[in-house]
Amino acid sequence: MRYHPFTLPFSIGLGFIMLYIIVMWTIWIVRLSRREQKIVWKRLFSFRTISAIWESIREGLLHRNIFKRNVLLGYMHMSLAFGWFMLIVLGNLEARLYPHGVINPPYYPIFFEFFRHDLTPLHEYEEIFTFLMDFFLLMVISGVSLAFFKRFRSRTLGMKRTTRHILIDRIAITALWFIFPLRLFAESVTAGLYNTGHFFTNFIGQWVIYNLPLDYLYYPAWWAYSIALGVFFITMPFSRYMHIPAEILLIFLRKYGVKEKESHSTFTKIELSACSRCGICIDACQLSTSLNISDTQPAYFIRDLRYSQPNERLRETCMMCMRCLEACPVGIEITRIRENERREHPLFSASSYGYINGYKYPKAKVAYFAGCMGHLTPSVIKSTLALFDAANVDYTFIDKNGSICCGRPLQMNGQVEAAKQLIDKNNHLIGESGAEVLVTSCPICAREFATSYHLAIPVLHHSQFLLELTQQKRLNFNQSGLKVTYHDPCELSRGLHITSEPRELLQHAVILSNGSKETESKSLCCGGSLGITNISMAERNKIATDTLNEIVAESSSYLATACPMCRKTFANAQDKIKVLDIAEILEKNLNFAPEKVSEKNQSPIKQQAVIS
Amino acid sequence: MKKVAVIGGGVTGLEAASQLAQMGYTVTVFEKNSAAGGHVSKWDRLFPNRRHSIEVVNELKSYLNGNPAIYLSTAINKVTKKDNRFQLEAYNQVFEADAVLIATGFELFPAERKEEYGYGIYDNVITSAELEGMFKENGYPVKRNGDKPKRLAFIHCVGSRDEKVKRPYCSKVCCVTAVKQAIEVKEAIPEAEIFCLYMDLRMFGPGYEDLYKEAQQKGINFIRGRLSEASELEGSRVLIKTEDTLSSKPLKMSVDMVVLMVGMSPAQGTDELIAALGLQPNKDGFVEITDYHLNPVKTKVDGVFAAGACTGPNNITDSINAARSAAVEIHKYLNNK
Repeated sequence: MRYHPFTLPFSIGLGFIMLYIIVMWTIWIVRLSRREQKIVWKRLFSFRTISAIWESIREGLLHRNIFKRNVLLGYMHMSLAFGWFMLIVLGNLEARLYPHGVINPPYYPIFFEFFRHDLTPLHEYEEIFTFLMDFFLLMVISGVSLAFFKRFRSRTLGMKRTTRHILIDRIAITALWFIFPLRLFAESVTAGLYNTGHFFTNFIGQWVIYNLPLDYLYYPAWWAYSIALGVFFITMPFSRYMHIPAEILLIFLRKYGVKEKESHSTFTKIELSACSRCGICIDACQLSTSLNISDTQPAYFIRDLRYSQPNERLRETCMMCMRCLEACPVGIEITRIRENERREHPLFSASSYGYINGYKYPKAKVAYFAGCMGHLTPSVIKSTLALFDAANVDYTFIDKNGSICCGRPLQMNGQVEAAKQLIDKNNHLIGESGAEVLVTSCPICAREFATSYHLAIPVLHHSQFLLELTQQKRLNFNQSGLKVTYHDPCELSRGLHITSEPRELLQHAVILSNGSKETESKSLCCGGSLGITNISMAERNKIATDTLNEIVAESSSYLATACPMCRKTFANAQDKIKVLDIAEILEKNLNFAPEKVSEKNQSPIKQQAVIS
Repeated sequence: MKKVAVIGGGVTGLEAASQLAQMGYTVTVFEKNSAAGGHVSKWDRLFPNRRHSIEVVNELKSYLNGNPAIYLSTAINKVTKKDNRFQLEAYNQVFEADAVLIATGFELFPAERKEEYGYGIYDNVITSAELEGMFKENGYPVKRNGDKPKRLAFIHCVGSRDEKVKRPYCSKVCCVTAVKQAIEVKEAIPEAEIFCLYMDLRMFGPGYEDLYKEAQQKGINFIRGRLSEASELEGSRVLIKTEDTLSSKPLKMSVDMVVLMVGMSPAQGTDELIAALGLQPNKDGFVEITDYHLNPVKTKVDGVFAAGACTGPNNITDSINAARSAAVEIHKYLNNK
């Protein structure tokens, strides 16, 4: 016997989902741009494919990223995905090894124990298969129990908050939770009757539920199992579980070099579907941890964008600090997508910047750009220039008489056209300077120069430039012995991946002491973000003080930062600790170099440490 | 004889002490500085009629004839209440009182907190208080190098109406002070060009509007716009950037001197003092008053009263009124006890 009507719900569901996945994958691939398709074909037969397969296993099945976050949470995801995968693989092998031949209908391996009660023809494999099938079933059941437990006590699994799901997700998740207990029940009933199981199902069938009327439960149990599977498959494309097929495609495309562009694309659609709404982004978000705003995080923003249109509050309530981006186990380009979405719905229309006239500045090898935020912290400029002078740098201060904004705040708020006007003006200014390198003390400007300007000369953050000068022995510092906590600015650490240079530089003058694990790529935002316009000053101050309470080591005399905006935000929020820029701390401890090197014969900077 | 302790020997404290002494109470004033008179003693002339502030301070000081008595350089660092009596501690000495008046006044907003204005970084950025000092000393403002400035800008609302530095409230007196000082500069240096950068001009008191009109007639320029930032140019001139919000145009100009109209901040130390009495600061950090309309000197704690700029920005008239009001309320309280 190789057919029974109870297999129908499963078969229909499976047929539907397979067809749906094939159609969707095809549509997505066909709709990629010409250029994207070209690079995919070109790189299909390369090491990238192997690497993508490995990443699919590592993240899709084993969930390494989630393990790194919390072992129990990682185990929960791993046991469900990997356990289920192994059950399917082993079930198929078992059915193929059975002497009746290798070609089976798709439902047959899933319900193998229903069809074959006598497993002795498997000979020496019988023991190992029944053991492994029970083992992985136990693993999946433990994962489901954890998932169920997580709904009530998510903190145990390292999550303060979990996602609030919509109806379709609730149906899908209920079906998913039922699948494995029902499978356990069906197999245990069968094992109770026919001894087809091993340590787990045999034990339950013969010792726990043996006095139930197993004969009568046999068919209903298998029906129920099949129905749960069918319901799950039918709801899958419309629920969060579409992430399973979408994530695999995403991993491959990403490996081939496809990424988000300046506006939404087909790749965005794939990314939106690849979000499982796991909710890890909610705890990563300081709007949630400091201000209790827990309904605008990517889990919700991406969901609404996938189904229809996020509302203004959802779109705008984000500091663009990229902490969620860092935390996302799937690696969805969340911040880019939000920025693109803001472009489609600009909140205001930026007026013309035609009144900004160009200034004439002397030419020099190094162009220094302080930026708007730099001009709001004049002591940072003063210290930076004092260090330049001490190192005998041939520089020109290209926004000395009042700056033209770099454009980044406008970009973050969707004002591309207005930003372009500023970019053109600044590009002209930079070109006129005749400089071989552009140095800025503002990470926001540095990131904008690096990503939107297409400059012919390298861009350096002042921490990089000053470090080079120090390494070239053009600057010399006294070790003050003071303890200092360094705070990584978002745009510098997550935006440009510059985390070691500021530390290395500071260590010439002070001793670093950090009180928190939330540093480098995981650093906390100061709350002063230019990417958000709908929170109050008091709320920003709350974020700033929460961040300081978390990161400042008790023994620290100063908080050092490398961003004028962070510096200002932290300084205004509290009086407890003095906040200084790296340049200010260094200038205090400057020990005038014994040998002054003539700038004329030197290249301003080695090109290795530049921001690409 | 019932005793009243007045904490703070500025205009409010001195006036209240004198009134209470005349009512027959034994009054002691505790002043943490080495001289009485508070901030007012540091000013040159007062708005609206440009009377010399020394006249006001001297008259108030003349009441100190034994009762009220004054302890100078005496900071009260602990107050406790026990059976309707208060014990005030300073330098391990304990004073007893039946009622306490908090008259600790205000502090000037620390202008360096508004870093982008360059106070403490650029040579010729000064505060309105420092300008008063210059008038007192020379009769005219001087640049760091000793020269007279020929072009000045007064920046209103520094540390007032500014959420970014946690001072969301209006300090009330700076608008008219700027107008007064601008006129005084014009009179001292007739060729000087003077600009006032304001948000709103709040000329609410008697004679204030007249002063504003006089300033306009004397050629002082009023520009509606907040200063965004200042930078230093060659020769220690200051470049200031603002937006003329009436014509929606960004504006840049270089001046010889920038005067920051610093607002009133809660006095440091008042927090601990009132906390010891079980009081809390209001949302702006000043001493909380229970009834702003009918009893503006009463606090939550019986026997503790507050008057003057410790309850929020005040001008001298307001402070004198509050001091007298407090004297009456303390009298009523001590008689009903």
